[in-house]
Amino acid sequence: MTTSNETMNYTEQAEVPSVALVNWIAFKTLVTKEIRRFMRIWVQTIVPPAVSAVLYMVIFGKLIGERIGVMDGYSYIDFVVPGIIMMAVITNSYSNSVSSFFSAKFQHHIEELLIAPVHNWVILAGFVAGGVCRGLCVGALVAAVSLFFTRISVENPLITIAVVVLTSTLFAIGGVINSVFAKSFDDISIVPNFVLTPLTYLGGIFYSIKLLPDFWFNVSLFNPVLYMVNGFRHGILGSSDFPLWWSFLVIVVFILILAAIALHLMNKGVGIKS
Amino acid sequence: MYALEISSLQKTYDNGHQALQGIDLTVNAGDFFALLGPNGAGKSTAIGIICSLVNSSGGEIKIFGKDLQQQRSSCKLDIGLVPQEINFNAFETPMNILVTQAGYYGVRKPVAQHRAEKYLKLLDLWEKRDQPARQMSGGMKRRLMIARALVHEPKLLILDEPTAGVDIEIRRSMWEFLEKINQAGTTIILTTHYLEEAETLCRNVAIIDQGRIVEQGLVSELLSRSMVQSFILDLKEPALKPPELSDYRVVKCDDKRLEIEVVIGRSMNDLFKQLQQQGFEVTSMRNKSNRLEEFFLRLVSKSDAA
Repeated sequence: MTTSNETMNYTEQAEVPSVALVNWIAFKTLVTKEIRRFMRIWVQTIVPPAVSAVLYMVIFGKLIGERIGVMDGYSYIDFVVPGIIMMAVITNSYSNSVSSFFSAKFQHHIEELLIAPVHNWVILAGFVAGGVCRGLCVGALVAAVSLFFTRISVENPLITIAVVVLTSTLFAIGGVINSVFAKSFDDISIVPNFVLTPLTYLGGIFYSIKLLPDFWFNVSLFNPVLYMVNGFRHGILGSSDFPLWWSFLVIVVFILILAAIALHLMNKGVGIKS
Repeated sequence: MYALEISSLQKTYDNGHQALQGIDLTVNAGDFFALLGPNGAGKSTAIGIICSLVNSSGGEIKIFGKDLQQQRSSCKLDIGLVPQEINFNAFETPMNILVTQAGYYGVRKPVAQHRAEKYLKLLDLWEKRDQPARQMSGGMKRRLMIARALVHEPKLLILDEPTAGVDIEIRRSMWEFLEKINQAGTTIILTTHYLEEAETLCRNVAIIDQGRIVEQGLVSELLSRSMVQSFILDLKEPALKPPELSDYRVVKCDDKRLEIEVVIGRSMNDLFKQLQQQGFEVTSMRNKSNRLEEFFLRLVSKSDAA
């Protein structure tokens, strides 16, 4: 090891940065690290959702869809594509933050952040932004793949982008909360398998809930994913089962509630501090 | 100016275990300080609280005069931690680990990259900068943790058993490195199970046992209060049995080495006279360097008995 006195001096000691600047640089650093993480393992994180989406489009969109005919005034493939994109976004936003945060806990490198002068809301925002980035990457890839099956034209780009970003934010926060409580890798697969998958499949991805009997129609109204899928479909196709503001209201209310829960847990140190 | 002031620090875990029972401790700025204690004494808990990894149950901590509770962000900027367990992302490269850690402390990327280069070179890790950290040896991983703790250039560096499992050659070079860092102005707090390490490096020491500070002061002062010192004697011929010495405790290390405990102030002439009478010829003699260990063991065993 080199140990000359000259090299030991803190020659580059800059001025003490403000708290806001420290947090901003820390946020950018964390988001960069998160993006680098899922891009490094793109074969596990980006490709499989695109393959699944192709299968959905081939089987449900083309093979079965051609026999179904029209759904809600659109060809079946046009109807399911927004739902398939949204399903990929939801699943991947959640998976990214739950697996990244839990790995950081499991390998203890979450301590790198806990000892640093970074506010908990910045840590939460960093992991959530990482989840959103992966969700959007996968969503864009699935949308690109869907062009091989149909010519989708986006009716309302701003609404489409707003709904997809807010939805992926919501599920990325959910992923962080799951990983805060998780004690083993089993614990991070319970929610995706037993909660998220049923909610997305029953969230109007493959059908319009207008087709359901009254009872199941009313039950479906309690499924928040329904409003997200419909909001996204509104952005792309220009129509949905509900008024658009319902979608935004549900998403924003859930974001606020889950963000408050996540911050409370982190401030108390649940799952990350003794 | 104190780098660290702890008063009445307490920690009771959820299971009721009282890890810290109100410790008071001060570390001068610029000091090289040892925090010693047996396993489970409360060292890592105390360090965890100082570094915001563990919530305290009571008491106050000041870092360079700033209250940790009131000015946590500012205090954190001054602290660097080398934890006991390897805790970096093993899939990342050393360069990325250091630049990322610097970013968490608000160091801009160009400066962070420059500093990462500096500390990777200082710690002989520059050649490994772009390899995944999991491919590094145990000693390299330990050095990487030191580089990571220094990359934001803290004023107080806390090392929790930094040389555990490291071979003697690397350990010595790490000691030399830490001494230089300390001479350059960084206050260092060290916990270690190698008491020779503390005796060699540190000026002040606190000994913690069962959540209480049982002794604190200059290493030299504590050692002078030690009543005995041990010597290793190399023999010319193998000894079938150890010599029978009156007033000296003797332990046979192996056939040609004896360890002899001598009460401080007692004449050594009598020792050699007795050895000569019993036919033992001594070829060389050295002071056993773990005097602090002897003091520590006596103190801790006394504390256990109380």
